[in-house]
Amino acid sequence: MKSATRLLLLVPVVLGLGAALVVAVSTGATAAAAPEGDDELGYVVDLEDLDDPGNVAAGEALFRLGCVSCHGPGGVGTPTGPSLVNAGAASAHFYLTTGRMPHHGSPQEQAARKPPVYSPEEIEDLVAYVASLGDGLPIPEVDLGTGHLQEGGDLYRAHCAACHSAAGAGGALSFGQNAPSLEEATPVQIYEAMLIGPGQMPAFGAFTEEEINSIVAYIGELQRLNDPGGMSLGRLGPIPEGFVAIVIGTGGAILAAFLVGRRVHDADEAGQEPTSDREAGR
Amino acid sequence: MGAGSTVHKATPLSRRTARWFDARLGAASFARKALDKVFPDHWSFLLGELALWSLIIVLATGVYLTFFFDASTEEVVYQGSYVPLQGVEMTKAYASALDLSFDVRAGLMMRQIHHWAANVYLATTVVHLMRIYFTGAFRRPRELNWLIGVAMLILSIVNGFVGYSLLDDQLSGTGLRIAYNIAISVPVGGTWLASLFFGGDFPGPDLIERLFVIHILLLPAVIVALVGAHLALVARQRHTQFPGPGRSERNVVGERVWPTFAAKGLAVFLLTTAILSALGGLAQINPVWLYGPYRPAEVSSASQPDWYMGWLDGALRLWPGWEIRAFGFELPTPFYPSVLLPGVTFTLLALWPFLEARFTKDRREHNLLDRPRSRPLRTAFGMSTLAFYTVLFFAGASDVLAATFQTSVNGLFRTFRILLLVAPPVAGFVTYRLCREMVRRDRPGASAEATAVAPAAPDDGAARRREVAPEDAPEHDPASTAGVARR
Ligand code: HEC
Ligand code: HEC
Ligand code: HEM
Repeated sequence: MKSATRLLLLVPVVLGLGAALVVAVSTGATAAAAPEGDDELGYVVDLEDLDDPGNVAAGEALFRLGCVSCHGPGGVGTPTGPSLVNAGAASAHFYLTTGRMPHHGSPQEQAARKPPVYSPEEIEDLVAYVASLGDGLPIPEVDLGTGHLQEGGDLYRAHCAACHSAAGAGGALSFGQNAPSLEEATPVQIYEAMLIGPGQMPAFGAFTEEEINSIVAYIGELQRLNDPGGMSLGRLGPIPEGFVAIVIGTGGAILAAFLVGRRVHDADEAGQEPTSDREAGR
Repeated sequence: MGAGSTVHKATPLSRRTARWFDARLGAASFARKALDKVFPDHWSFLLGELALWSLIIVLATGVYLTFFFDASTEEVVYQGSYVPLQGVEMTKAYASALDLSFDVRAGLMMRQIHHWAANVYLATTVVHLMRIYFTGAFRRPRELNWLIGVAMLILSIVNGFVGYSLLDDQLSGTGLRIAYNIAISVPVGGTWLASLFFGGDFPGPDLIERLFVIHILLLPAVIVALVGAHLALVARQRHTQFPGPGRSERNVVGERVWPTFAAKGLAVFLLTTAILSALGGLAQINPVWLYGPYRPAEVSSASQPDWYMGWLDGALRLWPGWEIRAFGFELPTPFYPSVLLPGVTFTLLALWPFLEARFTKDRREHNLLDRPRSRPLRTAFGMSTLAFYTVLFFAGASDVLAATFQTSVNGLFRTFRILLLVAPPVAGFVTYRLCREMVRRDRPGASAEATAVAPAAPDDGAARRREVAPEDAPEHDPASTAGVARR
């Protein structure tokens, strides 16, 4: 009986340790993205200032330093970078605020999102300059008020989930490209992405403003939504779930069986088995 | 209380109750026998128990879910408390899954424990199977229990798939469509099979109802009956044991069920329950509200099956797009990876005890287990089989791996195709060499046949007779909770 009692004492200890571990892990995983002051839509730049000739000139200077090597003088394009003549403010704003430009590596390589290299003022200047090169799309005005969350969800699942996944976690495309996670995209960037269709993404210019605003609202909701079930596991579906089930769930259970199975075995060998308390057991 | 009692001083109520039942049922001798049963004490013998306990958790949480789940394809407009889907048209099945997640008390917790427990149940079953395989516990007289095990494994995989297909969210619909395409790829009977299972074309109106009956009644009943038979056989044939001092082919050395083994079982049950509850409460699984209602024209990236189907998905991805016409039948691409592969897999698995007996010409009874190293060929074959399915499993995860580690899916496919051919023989060869080496170090000069601890070779008749001696010892030794029992 004594060894059995000892075993039962082990249970709460292991339970406590396990619970503490899981809590420690889960609190570390729920750090939320902080909102960016009062620029909730993510404009970064002042739309009124984009026509300012002073900004265009400052932008041209920056462009000569950081962009001509690929996009050529006046943005006419080179073998390592496309023409920007009709790229427009929307495209420049998207590529610069998502940190995709300046690009590194070969032109075939996907331009990934990274922290912007330029300050907000510099981005304003560069956008003003690229916009002045020809006529492209202006930076769109997001109006979440005209959007409809549920309709946005339907549209999102029908048109975006195939690449970005229903949960917005992103996914692989062929040949080393991927549709990025939409975790960090700001409302303006989402709107712009749909207008310009960056990289392998198609443009969704045929959508009405209301539809686009609805999708923007839905993606915002996906970003804000906390995970009622606990740790999100990256919202990547059955693959991480399977790994957790096998490594933590099954691994933990096997460890439990090992510890429990081991204890008594050792006690037996050490000759600590108690004698003659069978009556108590009956 | 015991004032008027004629028996000794005070007889506790519990004992009097027990006697009352015993006088009518004669249960005491059965109970005493059951409680005195000896169970060998190696920890790996608890692996089967892990599967059993997780199965019990699956069943318990499943009962709770059936109170609230509404398996109907009738269209409704969602009015529950999950805002992003309010006003969206969906089937009652999906709506009730959302209600379970957001509006039923403890519903999400139960859903999650159920799903985690199902995944862990199948994983522990496979680990248990590996224990049986690598120690040779499937040999005569336990071939029948091996077959029951294989049947449970197959049925459990199917039931798991049917389970997550019930919810009628985008992910489950995607999985069902693939299953439908696989069913119709079967030559001759395929279309008939598909319409039987799916109730006509996909997605048919009866599909969810049909799946529901299969999932909560049909398969669980069969699985539970098989578990009963499985355990009854273990009890009847008695458990195998590793060789060791005092252990022979004809006895069982270990602990009595009461109290030691029962305490162990309880501890393992509580720990398994704790792990599954912790997962269910702290880690999100199958967040169906994010996937949206099933719409046949849509698909999401990262649409994968649960892990125990992952190897089939991997095979489907790696298989080159061949369509072969033979004997007037067309064999569409999904046939090979999705019908032929599992068919061959489970047939070979089921037949293994018989194949091995034929191959080794060893048809004797075996109650003493092999150490894996002392059967290098079997162990090597097992490891190379594991390597094969592990590669397929990872191939099924290729797109998520590619996105997570920023590499190319096409490159991963190429790598996995090569690995699928290279990894099994390498794993087998390395295992074989390791086993031989370990045996050599265990006992220089000994043959691979003898195990390190067994004092006598199983074939040595004289030695066996000497070892049988413990049989003559009283089976019920009141001085000890440890025990020796005769088979
Ligand atoms: C190393 C070469 C390189 C440098 C430097 C570079 N770019 Fe690019 N840029 C590219 C390539 C390649 C693409 C196409 C990538 C894509 O579509 O994903 C591109 C695309 C763009 C686009 C989108 C074009 C369109 O059709 O909409 C804009 C806008 C842009 N770059 C602006 C800039 C600006 C502004 C700078 C300077 C800060 C810059 N780039 C620096 C290589 C470069
Ligand atoms: C064919 C696949 C595909 C589809 C469909 C698609 N995208 Fe994309 N999306 C991409 C790719 C690829 C990129 C990365 C572009 C690059 O290389 O710079 C991207 C980038 C984005 C980004 C920028 C993310 C960031 O953080 O930088 C947003 C926002 C976005 N997409 C929104 C959408 C929305 C909204 C829809 C649906 C209307 C959609 N996408 C549909 C492939 C797709
Ligand atoms: C589906 C769920 C399963 C459950 C709940 C289960 C449960 C158990 C339990 C509790 C035992 C006794 C303890 C042990 O030896 O580990 C056992 C023994 C056994 N199981 Fe299973 N099992 C399952 C699946 C399988 C599978 C898939 C196989 C093989 C294909 C299998 C083959 C065996 C054999 C041969 C024994 C006897 C082992 C011995 O005496 O050493 N079982 N099972």
